[in-house]
Order: sequence, then structure tokens, then C-alpha cells
Amino acid sequence: MGSQPVVAAQHVSFAYGIDPVLTDVSFEIGGGEFVALVGPNGSGKSTLLRILLGVLRPQRGGVALFGQNPRVLRDRFRVGYVPQRVAVPSDLPATVEEVVRSGRLARRGWWRPATATDRGAVDHALESVAMAHMRKQPLRECSGGQQQRVLIAKALVGDPELLVLDEPIAGVDVESQQLFRDSLVHLVEAHDATVLLVSHELGAVANDLDRVVVLKQSVVFDGKPQDLTARGVSLGVHRDDLPLWLEGLA
Amino acid sequence: MTVIVGALPLPWPFEREYMQLALAAGLTVGACAPLIGAFLVQKRMSLMGDGIGHLAFAGVAAGLLANVWPIWTALIAAVIGAVAIEWLRSHGRASGDLALALFFYGGIAGGAVLVSRAGAGSTNVLPYLFGSVLTATRGDVAIVMVLGVCIVLTLLVTGRALFAIVLDEESARVSGLPVDTLNTLLAALTAITIVAAMRVVGVLLVAALMVLPVATSRLVARSFRATLVGATVVGMASVVMGLVAARAWSLAPGGSIVLAVALCFTITAIVASALRLGQGAAVVPTT
Repeated sequence: MGSQPVVAAQHVSFAYGIDPVLTDVSFEIGGGEFVALVGPNGSGKSTLLRILLGVLRPQRGGVALFGQNPRVLRDRFRVGYVPQRVAVPSDLPATVEEVVRSGRLARRGWWRPATATDRGAVDHALESVAMAHMRKQPLRECSGGQQQRVLIAKALVGDPELLVLDEPIAGVDVESQQLFRDSLVHLVEAHDATVLLVSHELGAVANDLDRVVVLKQSVVFDGKPQDLTARGVSLGVHRDDLPLWLEGLA
Repeated sequence: MTVIVGALPLPWPFEREYMQLALAAGLTVGACAPLIGAFLVQKRMSLMGDGIGHLAFAGVAAGLLANVWPIWTALIAAVIGAVAIEWLRSHGRASGDLALALFFYGGIAGGAVLVSRAGAGSTNVLPYLFGSVLTATRGDVAIVMVLGVCIVLTLLVTGRALFAIVLDEESARVSGLPVDTLNTLLAALTAITIVAAMRVVGVLLVAALMVLPVATSRLVARSFRATLVGATVVGMASVVMGLVAARAWSLAPGGSIVLAVALCFTITAIVASALRLGQGAAVVPTT
């Protein structure tokens, strides 16, 4: 882990009304780490993610991205974000290429026209998720797995130093899961990027993770996948183990 | 530009000066309104044009009461109202449709009260309610064209970022795009478009020119760029068709233009459905 963590949460607490969602959550992610954040439904994963990204403000404690408050972070293009697929309107008349190209705006300056470098980045991102041949296809005509790959390409096209993914492989076919895994491993190994993956399904990346953080209102486990395996929870071999264990936590 | 308009050797029905002025104003609005409408439709704010139109009506009434050129007072009322609607929506103080309803009824009620105070001047409000492009002066057309150029130039710079916002507002915010500023700018552009369109189709019909060309284009477009181009073509073609019909049969031009858009939508919907059925039949095995 480098001297300054890429992501840091210190004693974060948050509640909707009087219902606490997060209580005293602390953890850090260093540069180049590939970390999974898991937890049962309602454990506060999405809320924590939105706080880390600066969309929500913690009621107690603090968070930092690259050592800065995410709400005032200037170079926000350093963060790539893949939302849940349902966040994208299903009736949008846009091509795969148009969607991916929009992910480059923050990096180049949203008011500037695209340059050859930007077009090259779009080509590279589409190729990395094996969607280059479908670039002119309307997004609404793509399968669920293909749409998810497009959203990942949209996040990758800005050359992020930190990639945050929210349930990216929920309901995605096996081929897309494998391509998804290859894209993330390439990002971590070739570009030394940091990845924070929120997911119930870790089978596709089980052998590539550096750490797993388990959240249930507060952090109940933070360690290597092998340590989780030592507790009898398998991330990859028996794919139902993790969901069953998380269910038991709830 | 407006010096040239009116003296062009155009064939019937555009050989007269007043028809050429109407055509220039109409084509400007026919191009701009769908460009703005494409973003509003995708943001599920199709009726924003209606809400702001009613505020513009209150502005017109205020102008008539104060004996000021109503375009300016309408522009001020519409822009302030649009920014307020966006503020209410983005700060979660009211849902998009609730914020619209508040201004929709407030605007029309305020306009009615102000018109009642304007006395004899109140009859001048009709051209703004239903449009009266055939009586537009060179000054009116010049204003419409200047506003149109401002809208297109602004969209050329901000269009890509606005697309990213309608695609996924939260992702756009996370990536550092100035979402609040751009949303406010879109609201202000909507207000400017409505004021520009006021003399062409009237505040009561302006939303149709923002939404229906987009709805028509979306039936066949396969990209966002194609949606914008198609909607602009439909908007401009409808203006021409509406003005031709208005001249030929002495119809109200505003209503004729909007009916022409509705006709374009209906024909496109029927043709698109037939083509889809045909494609479906083509892949059915014939064993």
C-alpha cells in the first residue's frame, strides 16, 4: 500500500431519518489494490459508495479520495464510476459509441471538441470490453451483459486511477463476466489503477482480489480472500457460499 | 439578415414580405425548439415548456400593463421561472411535475389577473397565447433570430455534456461535470426558446413544437445525433407545411404548424410500425 490511501473512510456514520445505515465505518484502499465491498441487502453498501463518491455527505466522520474531500476534489476524472445498469434509461436513442464517448468529457474538458487522442481512447475502451464491432448499435438493442460492458467502457475511457463499480455483473451472462474480469485485471496490472467493486457475485474475480471488505452497518470483515476462505466461505469454487454467508449475517 | 428577408424572390406562398418574415421566424423556432426538447424529453420533463409558457404569459401581461415591449418582460419572467423550477427539482423540494404544476397554475393565474388590470391593452394578449406569426414585424423576427443563434451556439458547446447528464445524472456528477450549472442553463435555454416561439405558435402550443418533433424522430432514429437532426428536420418541415396551409386556407398559423407536426408523427408512426411488421414477417420461416 502506498503512503497515501486512494480511498479512506474514517468513523463514517449515516442515517436516513432515525434509522442508522452506517455506524463508525473505517477502512482504507491503497493504490493498485483490487478490493471487493460486499454485504447483505440493506447493509449500507450503496450509501457508503455514494458517500465515498461525494454524492452524499456523512453525518459523522469523514472520507477522502486521493487525500481530498470528494465533494471538493478538483480532478474528478481520476475516478471512473460504473453505476447499476438500471441507472441508464432503457429508451435512450443513443449508440454504444455515443455512450462511451460521453465518459471522456470530464478528462478532456466538457466544453472542448474531441481530439484524435480522445477518439483513440474510445476505440481502446470499446476494444477492451470486446464491443468495438457494435459501436454503431443502439444501446437499447444490446443485451444486459453487453450494456454492462458498454458502461464499463464508458468508465474506462477516462483513464481513471480509481474505478468504482456498483453491482456490475448482476444478471450478466458468463461470457460478459469473463470479459469484465479481464478488463479489470488489465486495468489493475497494466495501468496500476485501484478498483473498488461492490457486488454479491465475486466468482468471476475471486482469484484476482487483494481484499474483501464485508459491511453490515459497520465493517465486520476486512482482509484477504484467503482469510475469508479460512472461515469456510468460498468466493469462487462454490458460488453460492458467499451469498449464503451474507444471508446469515443479515 | 432581416433586411434580406422580405425581399427574396420566393414562389407562392412565400412571395409576400409578411410570409417571408413568418418563414424566417418559423424556421428558426422549428429548428431550435426540438433541439432543446430532445433533452427535456429524455429528462422526463416534456411538459416543462408548458409550465414556462404560462409564466411567459404572465410576463406578457405584465409588459402590457407596464406599457413595456412584452417580449422583454416575458423573457425575464420565463427565465426566472425556469431557473426556479430547476432549483426546486434539483434540491428535492418538489418533484419535477409538482414544481411544474406550481408554476403552471401560478403563471396562468398571475397572467389573468394582470391582463384584467391592463384594460384595453388586454386584447393584445391573444397573439402571444395562440401565436400570430403572420403579423410579426421585422423587429420581432430579428429578436427571434438572435435568440435562435444564441440557443444553437450554446448547444454546440454544451450539448455533449447535456447528453452525459440525460444519460446518467449521478455518473455525470461523480465524473466532475458541472451538473447543476448545466441543468440551470438548459432551463434558461428552454425559457429563451419559448419566448422566441411565442409569436410563432403561442405560449399555449409551444411545448408541442418542443416535444412532438422529438417524439417523431425517436420512432426511427438509432442514435442521439440522428434524433437531434431528425427532430430539427421535422420541426422545420412542419413550419413550412403549417404556413402553406395557413396561407392556402386562411387558417391560424400556430395551430396549423402544430397540426402539421402531429401529422408528421402519425405518418411516421404508421410507416415505422409497418416496416417493423414487414421485417418481422421477413424472418418468419416459410416452411
